[in-house]
Amino acid sequence: MIGMVLAFAIAASEPELSPQDEARARALDSEIRCVQCVNEPIAQSTSDIAEDMRGLIRERVAAGDSDADIRGFFAERYGDQVLFRPPLRQETLLLWLSPIVLGLIALLCAAPLMRRRGAASEPEDGQFDPEDR
Amino acid sequence: MIPEIGAVLAAIALAASIAQAWLGLWGGHKNDARLQAAAAAAAQVSAIALIGAFALLVTAFVQSDFSVAIVAGNSHIDKPLIYKVAGTWGNHEGSMLLWCLVSAIFAAILAVARGGMGATLWSRALGMQGLLTFATLLYTLVLSNPFARLDPAPFEGRDLNPLLQDPALALHPPMLYAGYVGLSIPFSLAIAALLEGKVDQAWARALRPWTLAAWTLLTIGITLGSYWAYYELGWGGWWFWDPVENASFMPWLAAAALLHSAIVTERRGSLAAWTALLAILAFGLSLLGAFLVRSGVLTSVHAFAVDPERGLAILALLGAVVGGGLLLFAWRAPRLGEPHGFVLSSREGALLLNNLGLAVAAGTVLAGTLYPLLLDAATGEKISVGPPFFDATFGPLMAVLFAILPFGPLLAWRRGDTADAVKRLTAALLAALAAALFVLGVVRGPIVSAIGIGLGVWLIAGAFVYLGKRWGKAGAGKALALPLAVWAMVLAHAGLGVFTIGAVAERVFRQEATAQLMPGESTDFVGRRITLQSVNGFEGPNYLAQQARLTVEQNGRVQTLVSEIRRYPVAGSTTTEVGILSGLSGDLYVALGARTGDDPWILRLYFNPLVHLVFGGAALMALGGAVGLAALARRRVLVPVVETAPAHASVAE
Repeated sequence: MIGMVLAFAIAASEPELSPQDEARARALDSEIRCVQCVNEPIAQSTSDIAEDMRGLIRERVAAGDSDADIRGFFAERYGDQVLFRPPLRQETLLLWLSPIVLGLIALLCAAPLMRRRGAASEPEDGQFDPEDR
Repeated sequence: MIPEIGAVLAAIALAASIAQAWLGLWGGHKNDARLQAAAAAAAQVSAIALIGAFALLVTAFVQSDFSVAIVAGNSHIDKPLIYKVAGTWGNHEGSMLLWCLVSAIFAAILAVARGGMGATLWSRALGMQGLLTFATLLYTLVLSNPFARLDPAPFEGRDLNPLLQDPALALHPPMLYAGYVGLSIPFSLAIAALLEGKVDQAWARALRPWTLAAWTLLTIGITLGSYWAYYELGWGGWWFWDPVENASFMPWLAAAALLHSAIVTERRGSLAAWTALLAILAFGLSLLGAFLVRSGVLTSVHAFAVDPERGLAILALLGAVVGGGLLLFAWRAPRLGEPHGFVLSSREGALLLNNLGLAVAAGTVLAGTLYPLLLDAATGEKISVGPPFFDATFGPLMAVLFAILPFGPLLAWRRGDTADAVKRLTAALLAALAAALFVLGVVRGPIVSAIGIGLGVWLIAGAFVYLGKRWGKAGAGKALALPLAVWAMVLAHAGLGVFTIGAVAERVFRQEATAQLMPGESTDFVGRRITLQSVNGFEGPNYLAQQARLTVEQNGRVQTLVSEIRRYPVAGSTTTEVGILSGLSGDLYVALGARTGDDPWILRLYFNPLVHLVFGGAALMALGGAVGLAALARRRVLVPVVETAPAHASVAE
C-alpha cells in the first residue's frame, strides 16, 4: 500500500526541482528552525519568513549545494540556533557523546552484578510464580 | 464566598498534610501504631479537604465567577461547559492545585491499601507523601493561589487559549498529572525503605502497582497530547522532540525502566539498590518536567503558563527532593546487598539490559533537552537540539533494545536457555526479515525504514511466540485460562511493535504538498483527486469559522472531507481544525490556511501512512498496563500477604 503511495510523486511547489531534489529540500525544511517562531522548523511554520527560508533552500538545492553546504549557509546567516541538528564542535562534543558516555557508565555499573555461567545457581523456571496464577 | 471556602479547605489540607508528614515519619520511626493510624487519618482529611477545594474551584469556573482571577484569565461565559471545567487545569494555578489534589488522593489510597507492607515502611511512606503534598500545596497557596480575587471583577473573561479547547486536551493534563504524581508514591516508598535500611521483596511488591499505574496514566496522557498535536496543530506530525514533550517522555522512560526493575527486585531480591535509585530519579524527572514547563526557561509551543519566579520555587523543590533523595541513597545504598548473582542470559539479565537501555535513553533525552539551556547559561552560545539529534541517538539505542526485548520473556530466572529461546524465536526472526525485505524490495524504502519496520514486526511476532509458549504449556483451547500477567505483557510488547511500525512508516514515507485552490478547482495528490467544493463562514459558540468542504476521489470512489479554521475574537487567536480522511493505508490530512483578499485558498496536504498504528500501538501499551494492574490486583486477592516480613506484619493490628 505504501508502494502505491510512493508511486505518485509529491506535487512539488517549485516545479524546477526533480523529485529527488525536492525530497532533499523537504528533509532540510524539517531541520532548519524558523527564526521567528517558537521552536518550529520552517517545514511547519506558516509565517512569511519560513516561506522565504524554504524558497532559499530550494534555490541552494537547485544551485547544486550539498546538504552540509546548505546547513552551513544558514548557520552563517542566522547562527547555529537555526539548525535543529547541532553542529559537531568542541562545545557540543559532550552532547553528541552523551549516549555513549552514559552507556559506558551503565555497563560499568552493571558488570559487577554478572556472574560467570558456571558460578550461577541452577536455573529456576518462572512459569508458575505466584504472579502468574 | 465559594473561593474563600475553597481557600479555607486548601488551608485545612495544608495543615492535615504536614500533620500526616510528622505523624507518619515519627510513627514509623517509633513504630507507634497510634501515630501511624493518625497519619492515615490525616491523609484522608487532606484528600477530602482538597477534593472539596478543587470542586469549589471547578464550581467557580462553571459559574463563570470572573471575580476569581484565574477564571477571568482563562474562561468566558460563552464557552461550552466541558471547556469551562477543563479551564480549571488549563492554567498554572489550577493545574498546581490539581497536582496537590492527586498527591493527596494517592496518599489517601496508600493509607487504606496497605497491602503486604510492613507497618513502619507504610507509615514512613505516608509521612514522606504528606511532606510532598505539603510542599507543593504551600507553593501553590503562597506563590500561585488559585483562589485569588480580582477587584473590581471584569464583566467578561479573557477566554481559555483556543488551542486548549479540545476534548483530548481537556483530558490530557489530568492524565499526565496523575502519572507524574503517581511516581511520587514509588519515591515516597523508596525514601521510606532507605530510612528503614531495608529494600526488600515486599517493598518492591508494594512499589509495582503504583509504578505500573503511573506508567499507564503517562502513556494515556502523552498519547492524548500527541494525538491532539496531530489533529490540532495542522502540521501533520505527532511528535517533535520538543522540550515540553521530552519533559513528559523522560518520566515515562524512567517509569518503564522502574516497572521492569521492580519485577526483578520482587521476584529475586536483585537490583534492589538500583530500583530504589530509579524510583527517586523517576519522580525527580517528573518534577523536572514540571519545572521546565512551568518556569518559562524553555521556549516551546506548548508552554501555556510560564513564570520565572515560580520556576525558582519549583527548582528549589526539585533540588530538595532529588538532592535529599540521592544523599539518603548514597548513605544507605552501600548497606544493601546483592543476594543472588545471575548470568546475562537469564530473565534478570534481560531485564537489566532493558533497564540500562531505558536509563541511557532517558539520560540522552535529558542531555538533549538541557544541553542548550546549560550551554547558553555557561557560554551564551545558542544551539537548537531537535529531531535530527534524537533520530541519530535515541533511534539506534531503541533498535538495540528492541532487538533484545523478545528474548527476555522466554528466558528463565537466574540462568536461561538461550538456545531454546533462539529456536522459538526463529519464526519471529523470519517474519521480521520478510517485512524488512518487503520494505526494501517492494516499497523501495531506505535501509533505516527496513530496519525499523523489521524491528516492529520482530516485537509483535516475539510477543506472539511468548504467548504460544505459554499457551502450549496451558494446553490447547485454554487461552482464556492464561494468567492476566501474560496477556498484559503480550499486549504491551506487541503494542510497542505496532507503534514502531507506525512511527517509522509515518516518519519515512509521509507525503506532503501545498495547493492553492479556488472553490471548484482540483489538485492531484497521492493518487487522489482533491476538489475544493466550497468555503463557508459560520459562527460557533465563541469563535468565527471558515469551513472548507472538499471531495476526495480515488478509484471512482468519492468521499467528503471538512477542514476548518477558527478565529477566537476574545482570545485573539486562530486555530486549525484539520480535515482527516482515515483509511487502512493511512490518513489523508488537509489543513486549511489563511487567505488574503480574493487569492486562492492555501491548503496544506499530507498523506501520513500507517499513522493510526502510532496511536493504536500506544493504546495497546496502555491497555497492557491496565491488564497488568488487574493482574496485580487479582494476585493480591489470590495470594494474600505471604512472604512479607513477619516481624512487621503484626505491629499495626
